[in-house]
This record gives sequence, structure tokens and C-alpha cells, in this order.
Amino acid sequence: MASTSLHGASVGDRIFRLATTAFALSIPLLLVLLAIDVAAAAWPALKTFGVAFLTSSRWDAVDGVFGAAPAIYGTIVSSVLALLIATPLAVGVAIFLSEFAPAWLRQPVAFLVDLLAAIPSVVYGLWGIFVLVPFLRERVMPLLADRLHLGGTPLFSGPAYGPSMLAAAVILAIMVLPYISSVTREVLMAVPRSQREAALALGATRWEMIWGAVLPYASSGVLGSIILGLGRALGETMAVTMVIGNRHEISSSLFAPGYTMASLIANEFSEATNDLHLSALMAVGAVLLAITLVVNVLARWLVWRVQRQGQA
Amino acid sequence: MIGLTVVAALLATLPLLLILTLLLKQGASSLNVAFFTAMPKPVGEVGGGMANAMLGTVMLIGVASAIGLPFGIGAGLYLAEHKAEPLAAVVRFLSDVLNGLPSIVVGIFAWQFLVRPVKHFSALAGGIALGVMMIPLVTRTTEEMVRLVPDALREAALALGFSRWRTSLTVVLRTALSGIVTGALVAVARIAGETAPLLFTAFGNQFWSTSLTQPVSALPLQIFTYAISPYDEWHALAWAGALVLLALVLVVSLIAKFVTRPRFGSGSD
Repeated sequence: MASTSLHGASVGDRIFRLATTAFALSIPLLLVLLAIDVAAAAWPALKTFGVAFLTSSRWDAVDGVFGAAPAIYGTIVSSVLALLIATPLAVGVAIFLSEFAPAWLRQPVAFLVDLLAAIPSVVYGLWGIFVLVPFLRERVMPLLADRLHLGGTPLFSGPAYGPSMLAAAVILAIMVLPYISSVTREVLMAVPRSQREAALALGATRWEMIWGAVLPYASSGVLGSIILGLGRALGETMAVTMVIGNRHEISSSLFAPGYTMASLIANEFSEATNDLHLSALMAVGAVLLAITLVVNVLARWLVWRVQRQGQA
Repeated sequence: MIGLTVVAALLATLPLLLILTLLLKQGASSLNVAFFTAMPKPVGEVGGGMANAMLGTVMLIGVASAIGLPFGIGAGLYLAEHKAEPLAAVVRFLSDVLNGLPSIVVGIFAWQFLVRPVKHFSALAGGIALGVMMIPLVTRTTEEMVRLVPDALREAALALGFSRWRTSLTVVLRTALSGIVTGALVAVARIAGETAPLLFTAFGNQFWSTSLTQPVSALPLQIFTYAISPYDEWHALAWAGALVLLALVLVVSLIAKFVTRPRFGSGSD
């Protein structure tokens, strides 16, 4: 046993401190290593194609020409669309759970919503292939295009294959909903009581209190939770790969198949034929990494700001 | 307006109920003993199972835990015991960033370091990729749990002449143990269903393999392969696999919940 001296730490303490510090340092080290490694592997492709890598739609492994524009476009469009669908629902659930739900209902509903986050991505994909895609093809797409006469608009034109940007967005919306909802709930609960009581004292109804006093106070945190959801959606791989149709083409129609960066890597990586193809896929990974890093840092900062306010 | 939030709650839980009922229906009808004991059969032959994929999943979880637990718990202890230090703030933040990275990027990272140099896929590479994903999860829960340990306990131990490291390991960690176990189980549940980081690390294998240096199959990988195949028999197996995988994830999560239930009067043990 190490003896404890009154002056400075014992040998055991120093070793222990050193060990835990080393474990803690492994996290930054891992991130730096990962970023350098992916960037270095991406470099040959980025050097060869330059800006065209981001703007060109031609992805041709045979000719060795790689432009990732459709995948970048698809990643952003599917994620943003997913957020448009998921945000009102997620924020609605969070408000319901933090403000209105009777105590006995709170736990079970929160549990069910959180359970959505526990379902593996590949299981969502399986459900997407056999349930969601046929449902969209046979019900939703005809409804949008024919019944609602939206078929003429660029957003809903073209044949309804099934696997599509729309399918990817819907499945992503289901998958990011629990993340947005749970963080929003935490943020809403961090709003001080005084804020609510002041609104009620001024004669506000419960809804006016939420809309006028709670949500504005929590707004940057709610925004943070949405951006956190965006981060999830951007990097989501399996479920999207299984329903998006995987086609290198930018189409304005949500009915058309598309591609995302993550699904492009998932599909082609193990079949990459030469070094340039591999490097191009690494470059796609690097772009994805850069985007998600920015998005995550932004989201954490926003959430952290509200929680700090709440404590102060 | 209150009604709208109720509608949102209903709509949000609807997909879950749809997925669960369908999984139970489709999965249960193709689930049998052979599914757990048999090997995959070639296309056209009826039957077959996912014994090798289940073994693979267990192996991958084992390797991942061997990486994720020591690093995660160590880092979590550091964060909780040195919470005011600038390094702790940086590590805490970067741990969240690591947690938010796309799993496919972790996959190509692992491929670059562990597959490319040796020129073949391996269970080890897959397990390490999953382990990297586990680290931030375990770090976070460990930190939270260790912070909950009252300072009075630490002070009591120190007053009795315990050195700091003995206090940390035998008093603080011991007290926080059930919470840390919960965190570890939640992390396992999370990575057990991961597919993307395994695509080009563990890669998948149609045969029984217990070697860490050989490619190995995993439940999610096998479900993916079968789901995108054009064969009905394979689709049925994919549903059965999905049911088993989800059951695994839920059972581990439930055990995690059970572990944290406060136990009174167990002071002696």
C-alpha cells in the first residue's frame, strides 16, 4: 500500500492520476488521429479533382472520374426534409411530456419515444424496404401526385418507383425524432420556474405561457436539439442505404432515387477497384466528417448555453 | 393547442408500434430452433440459421467492451475527479463530438488502420471500431455516476488515511459501480445493432469462425445482406434476425434499468 505523505501526492496517487489522464487524453488523440487519417487518405482524390469533386455529378469508377455532388446534395436534402417532418412532432411530444401529460403517462410515453432510438438502423431499413417503401409507392405518392394534383410541380414529378429521397427522409425523420425530443425535453425542464410563474401571474393561459415565456427562453436549446438531430441524420447509413435507391443523379423530384454520402461509402467501399476510387470514397468520408463536426459543435454549444443560463 | 401536442405524441409513437407488431408477426413465424443452431444455407435451400452471426456478434461485443470499458471508465473517472480543470472541459466536449461522428466514418478509420496494413478483414478490426464508438458513451455515464458519489464518502475515506487512488478505486468507483454497469450495458445495447462500422472491418462470413484475425459475421450484417437480397427465404430470415437483434438490444437495456434500481440495506455485501 502506498503511504500518504502530507507534502504532495504519493507514488500511487501519481500513477493513478497519470493513468486516468492518459485514458482521458485518448479521446482527443483518437479524434485528431481520425481526422488526419481520413484527410490524408482523401487527399489524392481531392488533389486530382479539386473543386469539381464537390460540384460535378459524374461518378464513374471505370473512367476514374469522381464528382460527389449528388451524394452531397442527397445527404443535405434528405436530412433537412427529415428535420422538417420530425421537428414539429418532436417538439410537440417534448411540450406534451414536460407541460401537459398527467404524471402517470409521462414515464411510459417518454419510454416509448426513447425506444425509437434503441431500434437498430438495419431494422429500420428492413421495415423501410418491406413496409414504408411499398406504402409510399402505392398510397402516398399517388395521393400527392394525382389526388392533390401536385404531380406537375418539380417536387413531386416523375414515376413513383418507391425507393426515393422521400422514403429516406421519412425513415430519417422517425430515427432522429427521439434525439430531438429528449434533448428538447431536458431544455424545457431547465427553464426556471420563475419564468413560468411570471407569465401565469400576468394572466397567460398555459399555452400562452409555453408559447410566450417557455419556448422563447429555451429557443436556442431547442435549436441545438434540432441541429443535434441534423448531425444524426447526416451520418445515418444503413436505413438510408436500404431505401434511397442509390443513384448518382440530382433530381428536383422527391420521388426520384438519390444517394447520400454515407450510403455511397457503404455501397462502394468494399468493392473499390483502384486507389483513386478508394481515395474518392475517403474524400466523401472527409466531407461528411467535416460537415458533421461543424454541425455537432454548433449544436453542443447551443444546448450548453441554455443549460448554463438555467443554472445561473 | 394542447390537443396538437397529444396528436404529436400519438404520431411519434405510432411508427414504433407498427414496427414492433410487424417484427413480432414476421419474425416469430420464421423463428425456430434451427435459426439459433444452424449455419446459413445457400440460396434455394429452405431453412438455415444465423448461428455464426450470433457468435460473431458476441465476439465483436467482447472485443468492443475490452476497448470501450477501460478507456471509457478511465476517462470518466478523470472527468469527474478533475471537473474544474481546463483539460476536462476539452475532453468532455470532444467526447460528445466523438459520440456524434457518423459510424461509417469510424468504419473507414478502422479499415485504414487495422485492415489496410494487413490486407484482410478481421473480427478484431470490427470490434475495435465498435469499441471506439463505445468510449464516449461509457465516459459520459461514468462521469455522471461518479459525480453523484457524495463528497462526504471521499472525505471519510481520506480521513481514515486512504490514499487518493485507493479512495477512487475502492470507495468512489465501488459506490458508483451499479450506475457504471448500467452505462456499460446501455453502450453495449447501442453498439450491438451497429452495421455501418462493420461493413469493411468485420466484413461478414458465411462460415463458423472463432478467430479474431478472420472476417466474422454479425447479426446486423447478416440482416442487411438478407434484406437487400431478392429471395423470399432470405427475407424471412432477415425478419427473424431483426426480431432476435431487437430482443437482444431490449433485454440488455432492461437489465441496465434493473441494475440501477436502488437497493436498500445491501450495505454489508
